[in-house]
Amino acid sequence: MSMSAAGIPAVTTAGGFLLVLALVLPLLGVLAALTLGGRNARRVAMLAIPLGLVLAAAAGIELMHSGQALVYVLGGWAPPLGIALRADGLSVVMLLTTALILLAVAVYGQADFQMPAGVDEARAPFMFWTLLLAVWGALNALFLAGDLFTLYVALELLTFAGVPLVSLGGSPETVQAALRYLLFALLGSVLYMLGAVLLYGTYGTLDIALLAERVRPVPAVIAAAALMTVGLLAKTALFPLHLWLPPAHAGAPAAASAVLSALVVKGSWFLVVRLWFDVMPGVVTLPAAQLLAALGTSAIVVGSVVALRQERLKLLVAYSTMAQIGYLFLMFPLAFDPAGNAPVHGAALDGGLLQVVSHATAKAGMFMAAGLIYAALGHDRIADLAGVARAMPVTVLAFALAGLALMGVVPSGAYLAKKLMLDAADGSGQWWWMIVLQGGAAFTAGYVVLVLVSVMRSRPGPLPLVKRVSRLSELAALALSMSSLLLAFSALGPVPGNLLANPFAPKELGTLLAVVLGGALLALGLSRRSLFATAQLAAGADGGLLRRSAVVVGEAFELADRVIRRWQFASMSLLMLVALVGGLLIFGAPA
Amino acid sequence: MNAVTLYGLCGAALVGLGLYGLIVNPQPLRKILSFNLVGSGVFLLFGVVARRGAAFEMGGDPVPQALVITGIVVAFSATALAVALLLRLHDATGSASLAAPEPPAKPDV
Repeated sequence: MSMSAAGIPAVTTAGGFLLVLALVLPLLGVLAALTLGGRNARRVAMLAIPLGLVLAAAAGIELMHSGQALVYVLGGWAPPLGIALRADGLSVVMLLTTALILLAVAVYGQADFQMPAGVDEARAPFMFWTLLLAVWGALNALFLAGDLFTLYVALELLTFAGVPLVSLGGSPETVQAALRYLLFALLGSVLYMLGAVLLYGTYGTLDIALLAERVRPVPAVIAAAALMTVGLLAKTALFPLHLWLPPAHAGAPAAASAVLSALVVKGSWFLVVRLWFDVMPGVVTLPAAQLLAALGTSAIVVGSVVALRQERLKLLVAYSTMAQIGYLFLMFPLAFDPAGNAPVHGAALDGGLLQVVSHATAKAGMFMAAGLIYAALGHDRIADLAGVARAMPVTVLAFALAGLALMGVVPSGAYLAKKLMLDAADGSGQWWWMIVLQGGAAFTAGYVVLVLVSVMRSRPGPLPLVKRVSRLSELAALALSMSSLLLAFSALGPVPGNLLANPFAPKELGTLLAVVLGGALLALGLSRRSLFATAQLAAGADGGLLRRSAVVVGEAFELADRVIRRWQFASMSLLMLVALVGGLLIFGAPA
Repeated sequence: MNAVTLYGLCGAALVGLGLYGLIVNPQPLRKILSFNLVGSGVFLLFGVVARRGAAFEMGGDPVPQALVITGIVVAFSATALAVALLLRLHDATGSASLAAPEPPAKPDV
């Protein structure tokens, strides 16, 4: 599924021009949308995105056909003087996922971001379509760039396109959320830049393939690895650097939240993967990878518990994103070779990649469904969602399927990813990550159960709807959730076939039952309002005591989250993480 | 101490000062300025690298200079975007603060 970028000759391969087209198309779209303006911005986006999907598919076919990474050397100048575009399996999967999700988001946004009648140009629709194209261009640049400085520019472009999406609504809270996001992201990117300077100073090139051959664990390179990794973690919002994510993702319009949650945070994650697997596999160490996975585990626990404590649906989904980001880092220690020397392209990385794709599709579907509920009710207070399932069955189905997909129910992509990573954990004897992989699903089940129970409650009298939501938007959300749930089938080709041998075996069904039960217990104990009024009565005094102590735990998590999300605390954590990762790279190196 | 080391130390000092301001100063405008200070420090280090990297008869390695110019453009765009958001925030609320909103009132269980 994935191939190493190292050892690729710096000459343009057949099909290399596809990479240039994939890079130029979105940016041309931005220019066209800006110059044509008004209603044309939407038309440009609707024209360009399907075209981009075709381009990504063509690059994928070419890659499978030739069996080696596609390369385009810009202007015929070979690195280190010139720069190259490269696409390996990793890049092509991300290109395809991005184009697919953007297509669904564009279909979803048709209703919300229509120019109002009688107006030539309104700010929000015009900016939405333009920024959608800009995010796409930045992501494609990120997936295709062959050198660390182009990657830096792409990373910044992604931030500059993502930040205004946050404040599209224009309310003071969202502007503040956008500013916090921008400032913290800049702190992260300046660390990345510093690392790139150190690498250039040591080896005189920033080309990934050339660096991969040259890097050795000398002090400057170790410092660069620590700075770049942690800088990127800040942009990915991995716990404890998530201060900006919940307000930014919850405040944005649903279509924008879907893009931010599904794609933008994955951009910087992708870059961490590039650094660890392709640029400096000989520099990073297993203990440092264990640290990343430990942070990921904390993200799963804290994010899920705080999600359960939310009063508003969109904030719940935003905290769920924070938890899901944690999953993406569990892959790092599992991907090391048996001797523990270096991360290698293999089953664990395939699992991680599969996880990214399934999270991206499921999370986009979930945010879209939450946005539809908000639009229809005029609010998203979880306590007042009774009757929604009856009024908006398609939307609730989309939310439920996305939730199931995130939990890793057969045959979702997350299920297959979990299988691959469990195998890797078993093979390398890291049993503790097996516990996290299995137990994490229960935390996910917790908030999914909470929302589903809330929407399925019956309501005396009709549900007051302020707006009829567009059927097209509902179907777009449903399509994304479905594709995440059925992802395992599409991934079957490249993955060993015995993994899905008998998905309905008693063992699998038992695991699923345990996950849902565990989640229901978590939701019962930790949710802000008691989940079933009757259940509490039946449980009697003991249940009351249990519930009270669980609430204390929940409040403690909320308080901890508030402290961690303070600016000073988060930025000090950032610096300390740099030191910690650096230390683990020095002292964790195999003898 | 030669010139290269001196410039390197200056760059490091700028990065340190900027990081301090970025973390400690509560005002967003000061944070934006501090970010620019960190950026300048990094660019200065890049300049030092260019001087050191001049292995051949050239006065300096030209690649870092091209990269620094791009970096300055990126930092400028970031500053412009941040200031625009700050102005908008100030127009809307009359103050410019990054403080997180107050925690919700104690919930009923």
